[in-house]
Amino acid sequence: MTDIPEGGAHPQQDGPRRGSLFAENPRIKARNRAEKRFRAYGIAAISIAMAFLCVLLFSIVKNGLPAFTQTYIQVDVTLDQEVLDPDATGDPAVIAQKTTFSYAPLIQAALVDRLAQSGIETEVTPDRLARILSSGAAAQLRNHVLANPEVVGETVEFDLLASSRVDGYMKGRVTREALARDPNLDAAHLEIIDALKAEGSVERRFNLDFITGTDASDSRPEEAGLGASVLGSFYMMLVVLLLALPIGVAASIYLEEFAPENRFTDLIEVNISNLAAVPSIVFGILGLAAFIQFAHLPASAPLVGGLVLTLMTLPTIIISTRASLRAVPPSIRDAALGVGASKMQATMHHVLPLAMPGILTGTILGLAQALGETAPLLLIGMVGFIASEYPDSFTSGFTDPNSAMPAQIYEWAKRADPAYYERAWGGIIVLLAFLLLMNIVAVLLRRRFERRW
Amino acid sequence: MSFTKIGASALAIAAVATGAAAQSRDNVQIAGSSTVLPYASIVAEAFGENFDFPTPVVESGGSSAGLARFCEGVGENQIDIANASRPIREGEIETCAANGVDEIVEVRIGYDGIVFASQIDGPAFDAFVPAQWYAALAAEVPMDGEMVANDAANWNAINEELAAWGMTEADLPALPDAEILAFIPGTRHGTREVFEENVILQGCEDSGAMQAMMDMGMDEDATEEACMSIRTDGTSVDIDGDYTETLARIGSNPDGIGVFGLAFYENNTDTLKVATMSGVEPSTETIASGDYPVSRPLFFYVKAAHVGVIPGLQEFASFFVSDELAGTGGPLANYGLVPDPELAATQEKVANMTTMDQE
Repeated sequence: MTDIPEGGAHPQQDGPRRGSLFAENPRIKARNRAEKRFRAYGIAAISIAMAFLCVLLFSIVKNGLPAFTQTYIQVDVTLDQEVLDPDATGDPAVIAQKTTFSYAPLIQAALVDRLAQSGIETEVTPDRLARILSSGAAAQLRNHVLANPEVVGETVEFDLLASSRVDGYMKGRVTREALARDPNLDAAHLEIIDALKAEGSVERRFNLDFITGTDASDSRPEEAGLGASVLGSFYMMLVVLLLALPIGVAASIYLEEFAPENRFTDLIEVNISNLAAVPSIVFGILGLAAFIQFAHLPASAPLVGGLVLTLMTLPTIIISTRASLRAVPPSIRDAALGVGASKMQATMHHVLPLAMPGILTGTILGLAQALGETAPLLLIGMVGFIASEYPDSFTSGFTDPNSAMPAQIYEWAKRADPAYYERAWGGIIVLLAFLLLMNIVAVLLRRRFERRW
Repeated sequence: MSFTKIGASALAIAAVATGAAAQSRDNVQIAGSSTVLPYASIVAEAFGENFDFPTPVVESGGSSAGLARFCEGVGENQIDIANASRPIREGEIETCAANGVDEIVEVRIGYDGIVFASQIDGPAFDAFVPAQWYAALAAEVPMDGEMVANDAANWNAINEELAAWGMTEADLPALPDAEILAFIPGTRHGTREVFEENVILQGCEDSGAMQAMMDMGMDEDATEEACMSIRTDGTSVDIDGDYTETLARIGSNPDGIGVFGLAFYENNTDTLKVATMSGVEPSTETIASGDYPVSRPLFFYVKAAHVGVIPGLQEFASFFVSDELAGTGGPLANYGLVPDPELAATQEKVANMTTMDQE
């Protein structure tokens, strides 16, 4: 024992202890100092961990919060009948033949009018004027016209999305100096924005579309949203829950309550523990080979993603279920068997209900782990420009191409436009919120049902 | 939840799974080059907006990975289109044919420039000629009649070295005092091939190193191979990910210089500054005119056997090369694609689905 001081080995030399108990002798002092140091190490460790957590949370919130607001520009657009419906048929099918490219000149004309109306002079040529607006503005107009064919020929006020650079200017991310060499937008455009802002036509407001919308192409970061991929994650979690929970619980009950103890069951147990440590990318390549190439399930589908994540989550669920089954005291089983219950009745009526809180907690934590998983999804085609549409119906949600939240965030972080970088951080906030929610549910379930013996 | 209920739910899932297997795919599936990905996603989005077909799915992964998947076979669980930033290789066509993919339509969508950019506050990398890149990155250089390992460590020593090989130092653009640290695309990227051929090989020839190797008695193939082998001692770093990874590396290494696509650079002018190559500044105009030396065509390859099976495939391919999208002033050009002057011929080819054999 190194913490006993030198003199401590021969206390009899000093004879029986003399002096007050309240006066510390050198040995006591040294021990107290050692304890203080030990406490300080602990506090230092916790402080370092907290500091890292704070830095992480601060940078996530700082970088991600701007993604939740978006800049809109109010413009009156004349939906010219000459362009959209030259024969004045009013037939939606005829109007639908006009593509978004027919709407672009309308937007340009509307912007020219808007500037003339306010007397704003600019050096920006009319054909570059529309760059203050998202290139998705034409689609927004077209969708409005297709939904309300009667507006053709009228002038309608639209709240159009500003382009990502104008939005960045409003958020302080883009400066005039940075635009000097940028071919996408000129400093002169920003003068127009300042003038329009002074008139109240440019507004930055909360952007619900970021949470509910779908992914957008590389040229329109301002339109991109997380909604479709949240749905994709939801469908995957549904598949995982419906498959992994029953399979995992059945496997654990058999192994824990019924299985004979022999080499074979030992082998299975060792394998389950090892499976929990297999890197998730391995399950991805297994999923590609087994579900897509062999079973011919559709690629990029949440169903396949769910199946792959089921394989990944099963060991977690089996291990936690077995632990909670083992935590049920044997006296419960003995009592049930003693009053004449069969082994199955004892397990189903007494052991399983008592183990349920532990099983549910383990399952939710397993799901949370699966929710944040990206690597296996890379191989089954769920990363890319995928979550661009909502599924048509509830059942097609399983098979329609979709992405998942972490995959969508990864994809955004890869894209060229810095506006996508901001959205990736915003996506992380949403993902963390979901994980936090699931953990809270797990804690509540444990609190509510936990029993101690 | 009772076990009967759980069991019933599991059965329901299994039923959905089998149903899905029987269901036919109704969206176009695309994979391949990460350089073409932005253009493909812009077209896919506009396609979904303007047509009744579902929006195509576009995955990335690199030209070689995409073409490998493309050549795996014909069928609904195989991709329909592979994007590539280089032409398909002879070997890949053979693999394709061996797997039953013998009708391939090659579609050139336009051109893309490869630019050399560094941190905006970093050393003054303002101008390069290919010979300087060769001298900086070649694995072995000829020296007094034999090949020796390249030990250049600083950009400012390069011009001297080139002068020793017979170039006039006054003609070479000045290079800053900075450690050589280049981030170049990894071998699974099509960009790498263009970089090797248009910059390194060209530089090998310009600097006189190629002649020196020939004089040493090496044959043409060996010379070319020696010219294009890149040093692996840490001065040149292969980036297997996307340009965002290169950007991040440059952000943390002020002396670093990276290879980017023109479109990526144009989106990040606030953090990057671009160098001229052989005295020409990269832009859509200089690439279209052919003045800027490092550009390459971008392609996508269509599996003709899937036309008529996968709804919207033919329409998507035609829409991609239409004047509204791929032409001058279209959304693709706005994003950084250099329009193809022979777009009309490509449009006709796509309309007829002329395969590579028929050309």
